[in-house]
Amino acid sequence: MQPTHTAQRYIPRMLAILFVTLLAAFTMATFSVSSAHADEVGTEYDFTLSGNVKFNGEALDGVAIAVDGNGYTADTVTDAEGKWAIGVPEKGTYEVTLDEETLPKGVVVAKGGNVIDTEFGLTDRKSVNFFLGEGTRNTVSFFDQFVNRFVNGLNFGLLLALAAIGVSLIFGTTGLSNFAHAEMITFGALMTLVFSVNLGLPIWLAILIAIALSGMLGYGLDAVLWKPLRRKGVAVIPLMIVSIGLSLALRYLYQYFFGGSTSQLPGAGMTDIKFGPISLSPIDMASMGISVVVLLGVAYFLLRTRIGKATRAVSDNPSLASASGIDVDGVIRIVWVVGAALAGLSGVLWAYFRPGVSWDMGFQMLLLVFAAVTLGGLGTAFGALIGSIVVGLFVELSTLWIPSDMKYVGALVVLILVLLFRPQGILGRKERIG
Amino acid sequence: MDWGAIFSNAAVELISPTTAAYALAALGLAVHFGYTGLLNFGQAGFMALGAYGYAISILTFGFPVWGAFLVGVGASVVFALILGIPTLRLRADYLAIVTIAAAEIVRLLFTTNTFASVTGSANGLSGYKNEFAALNPLAEGSYGFGPFENNAYDTWLRIVAWSIVILAALLVWQVMRSPWGRVIKGIREDEDAVRALGKNVYAYKMQSLIFGGVLGTIAGMIFALPRAVVPSNYQTTLTFFIYAILLLGGAATVLGPIIGSMIFWVLLSFFSGFVARAVEAGWLPFMTAIQGGQLRFILVGVAIMLIVIFRPQGIFGNKKELAFVR
Repeated sequence: MQPTHTAQRYIPRMLAILFVTLLAAFTMATFSVSSAHADEVGTEYDFTLSGNVKFNGEALDGVAIAVDGNGYTADTVTDAEGKWAIGVPEKGTYEVTLDEETLPKGVVVAKGGNVIDTEFGLTDRKSVNFFLGEGTRNTVSFFDQFVNRFVNGLNFGLLLALAAIGVSLIFGTTGLSNFAHAEMITFGALMTLVFSVNLGLPIWLAILIAIALSGMLGYGLDAVLWKPLRRKGVAVIPLMIVSIGLSLALRYLYQYFFGGSTSQLPGAGMTDIKFGPISLSPIDMASMGISVVVLLGVAYFLLRTRIGKATRAVSDNPSLASASGIDVDGVIRIVWVVGAALAGLSGVLWAYFRPGVSWDMGFQMLLLVFAAVTLGGLGTAFGALIGSIVVGLFVELSTLWIPSDMKYVGALVVLILVLLFRPQGILGRKERIG
Repeated sequence: MDWGAIFSNAAVELISPTTAAYALAALGLAVHFGYTGLLNFGQAGFMALGAYGYAISILTFGFPVWGAFLVGVGASVVFALILGIPTLRLRADYLAIVTIAAAEIVRLLFTTNTFASVTGSANGLSGYKNEFAALNPLAEGSYGFGPFENNAYDTWLRIVAWSIVILAALLVWQVMRSPWGRVIKGIREDEDAVRALGKNVYAYKMQSLIFGGVLGTIAGMIFALPRAVVPSNYQTTLTFFIYAILLLGGAATVLGPIIGSMIFWVLLSFFSGFVARAVEAGWLPFMTAIQGGQLRFILVGVAIMLIVIFRPQGIFGNKKELAFVR
């Protein structure tokens, strides 16, 4: 996750609406005075430490930052946009200190302390971010936070559902727990990146092309790999291990071609719009809208169309479906294409939600997808939807109580607890678990 | 092209402590997957518990080596119980999903900043080697020959690591020949038949999970001794590599995991050395040095697929005793 955005997204938004206007006025006032600040020092050096000091999306101006390490010290203050940068003579470990005295009244460093030890990676720039929070935690409106997290969780749950339905349908029709689904998710985001940023197409067109290519990837994988293996009569567990090998190979193939860095899709940094306590960017709203429409479409497909009904029949009992004259291989092919296309779309939305496109982004989400599918009941499409929303809400809401770097732990613990008490999942039937 | 360096670097891996650690972890997985048919995808979690259990006991609590060893083993027994209770009654793929999730939970708990004072969060832990080095009976100086020449500490580490691997292999071999082992293999072949004979399948599976998990934990300690403990080493990819080794050697064999680990590391080192130098020499103009490093992971993935499809019993395996649960 890009640190800056993490900071923005997860900083506790504790101000009541009343204060927002006041704060805006306050920032406007400081804006005019601040231009005299020197925000960048040590520009003669090749390596740069930099950061962005913001609280509730508002840039904080005039915050003192000091760097110490490798026998070199320097300090600076943030500019009107909250930005600072300090050049350093060599790569290595530096201690970056934020002077809490210079923060506005009522704002403190919330987590991780005001001193951060940082080390350069492969690049010449390293960003250092502090997590700011309100100084007096008693004034927090818990309800406002809850509502905001709830909406974010719903957004996350919906995009998880897009991927989870594919996993669930593939499991239902073929018995395969497809670990390579993670790479199908990444594929959608990477293709969008290639067509929008590298080839300069408009973003909506790039997304459509990426989804179409994802569907083709699903078709190709089924035709080249899975169908011959089914023909060969390979059992379910070896198939699963093959999917792990495929996942590993594809993931590092992506890294081979795209490198280890994180890139942003166009429009990723849009500012949030506030509706009462809820703050959402236009992208978030579009993401939720698209997810809901697509999920309704999938539901219509499964419940009302002939092929959808055939899919559910195969998912229920492949041999019986085959005996009733359903083309099982054809259904499985459609499931792979639809599942891969949904995974591709989910990857695009995940790239906006995290935010950023990277080679292992799908793999970061895979366990949550599996948790969602297991929670809903393996092999049931609507169970996957419910499970996803539960997992999405749980991940976001749990950050109200536990540190945000442990938010996935909560979701995975819930997975284990559900298996303890209701192993068939929310919508699963008992005989499935055999 | 410096072939000598490539070959000697590859030869070093033959008896390196890392190879021993992977061999032992794969042996534990052979008990789970090969003999019992348990689909454990959380071996990285067992290894992490061993490494952290050992390091934290020494650094935070000042335990002696044997105490730290017991703490790691104890932690992995508790972990195996937590994993086994909800899942061992369920179908195999549930265990797979729960173990992979549990291993990630362990890694995330060691990574989070919340416990940084004990776990060192993302930077991990180091400086726990002195206690182990103090037990070294060897005098200062270098031992061995050619690529296998090492200083006293490294030689001591290799002797201990491989002794443990050999002891563990003998133990697994004997245990699998015993009545207990026959029940375990019976569970893999047909759980219901074993249950019909009046055996408590659940208890046997739990014992197997603990046994293999403890082997994985000891492997984690061996893995930690030549390096620092860093949480990013214990990602799911580690488990997948151990699976690759196990499948290469043969899942339901004793020698398979050990020879598999040697082949895996020697080939991997040879391949990386060759690609890195070929890139340097300009033989592969379309590739950068970093890309060359990633090529081997792609290769491991492809190798896993090919082995499972074309030789599922591995090098030493017996096709009749095919280790895949249905």
